Amino acid sequence: MIFTLFKRELASYFSTPLAYVFLMIFLVLTGVFTFEIGNFYERGQADLQTFFLFHPFLYLFLVPAIAMRLWADERKTGSIELLLTLPITMWQAVVAKFLAAWIFIGLSLMLTAPLWITVNYLGEPDNGTVFAAYLGSWLMAGGFLAIGSCLSAATRSQVIAFILTAVVCFLFVAAGWPVVLNFISRFVPTELLQAISSMSFFSHFQAISKGVIDLRDIIYFAAVILVWLYATALVIDMKKAD
Amino acid sequence: MIEADRLSKHFGSFKAVDDLSFEVRPGEVLGFLGPNGAGKSTTMKMLTGFLRPTSGIARINGFDVQRNPIEAKQQIGYLPEGAPAWGDMTVKSFLKFIAQVRGLRGREAKAAIDTAIETVELEEVLHRQIDNLSKGFTRRVGLAQALLHNPNILIMDEPTDGLDPNQKHQVRELITRMAEDKLLIISTHILEEVEAVCTRAMIISDGKMMADGTPAELTARSKFHQAVTLHSPEAAKAAELLKVLPQARNIALEGNAVTVFPREGDEAGLYDLVAKLAREHNWPITELARERGRLDEVFRDITRPSAKAAWDRVAA
Repeated sequence: MIFTLFKRELASYFSTPLAYVFLMIFLVLTGVFTFEIGNFYERGQADLQTFFLFHPFLYLFLVPAIAMRLWADERKTGSIELLLTLPITMWQAVVAKFLAAWIFIGLSLMLTAPLWITVNYLGEPDNGTVFAAYLGSWLMAGGFLAIGSCLSAATRSQVIAFILTAVVCFLFVAAGWPVVLNFISRFVPTELLQAISSMSFFSHFQAISKGVIDLRDIIYFAAVILVWLYATALVIDMKKAD
Repeated sequence: MIEADRLSKHFGSFKAVDDLSFEVRPGEVLGFLGPNGAGKSTTMKMLTGFLRPTSGIARINGFDVQRNPIEAKQQIGYLPEGAPAWGDMTVKSFLKFIAQVRGLRGREAKAAIDTAIETVELEEVLHRQIDNLSKGFTRRVGLAQALLHNPNILIMDEPTDGLDPNQKHQVRELITRMAEDKLLIISTHILEEVEAVCTRAMIISDGKMMADGTPAELTARSKFHQAVTLHSPEAAKAAELLKVLPQARNIALEGNAVTVFPREGDEAGLYDLVAKLAREHNWPITELARERGRLDEVFRDITRPSAKAAWDRVAA
């Protein structure tokens, strides 16, 4: 059943220009970040560090753009009533929608493969690290997406969903920056500071993108996704009447 | 069979549906009547499992909608208000999707889709996007979706709203045709529709049930029921005479029409009596009719106090 729902969702991305616009912007931006801002050539190193470095920032506004339509649109057009009176469970609907969006972002990531081929042509990168970084990036995107799913369920307006998601995702990313942590450290005890920092997407993504696939990082992202998807189901149940 | 057992739905302090109980059996076509905001849609949303009741139980063919939602939903074909669908899909792919979700596969699915397309006449728009369809076609897509798995219970929220007279007629014919072996609930505020298709009508106002009966029983509550109306150029003169008849409880004069309301027990002979008087006094008759009762008048009588209260709320 999830697969049927998932297929419909994924197909709906490609039935409008949305998917193609998104893919184009994603590819152009990753290129700009990697080559222009990240000085890919000047560094003279055969790795994709500069490519992955900017992913959290890229996701900050690209993932909310995908996530905003997940539920807000269903509520606005009323199709949520049709969806949830079909013989399916709420959980199936939530997971199917999330998976479709997540796979779609996975596809976007795969389309950056020419970059990986280039690096392999120019030198001898550690492909294990590259693979780990791709995995980490995709997991992080899943976290962003789950947050967006929940906030999109909370409103009928896609614009509000977009802004809310971007803000909350920003907080999750910023919680790992040294600048922010230094600033907070003046007010809170060290234990809390560590807790905040360990909640950050940034720290966990950095760990994986260095090539260390630590189970804890994977569990972290999996937990983030599950918690926010669970919250999505709760929010829909609460808000579907209005 | 549908059972609503003391269903209530509160939004904050507002009671959208208030302690509603009823049963509907196969073969019945139940019309939910009521002013806007009376709780018709909310009741349907609870029956179809979209909204959770604040209290009370809804059962569909014996399945508790809250405890066994999947089984209950499998029994129902539902057309939500406004016939929502996913506008970016084509009609064909939309129906295919619904068939899959309804568990139909392969040849079975194809047959079901073909039947639905034929029933509501969708051939010409099969490959168009739903967003680009007219209101009438969108509604028909919604109907096709509801009929697809040949459910024995159909719940339709304002199935003819926004359709032109031809399309309305078509949908009503469809409803009558399906009524033979199914249980239907439709909501509407078009009263002629109730008289045309429903075997039973329920008037809801402020979330409460105000009346429940066959359309004929409801019209019988009208003060016009059994009254006799004489259309004649001499109506004013006739009124003078009819007023003093012992059988007349009351009369109403409106232009060239005079209506005589019978006293209790005198309903039967009134028509003949008026006809006889007209002949005796040589009143030219353009029309003489025994009134069956007027549903719109009953509807207004039953729901007006609450409609007024609702208006006062808005005004305040």
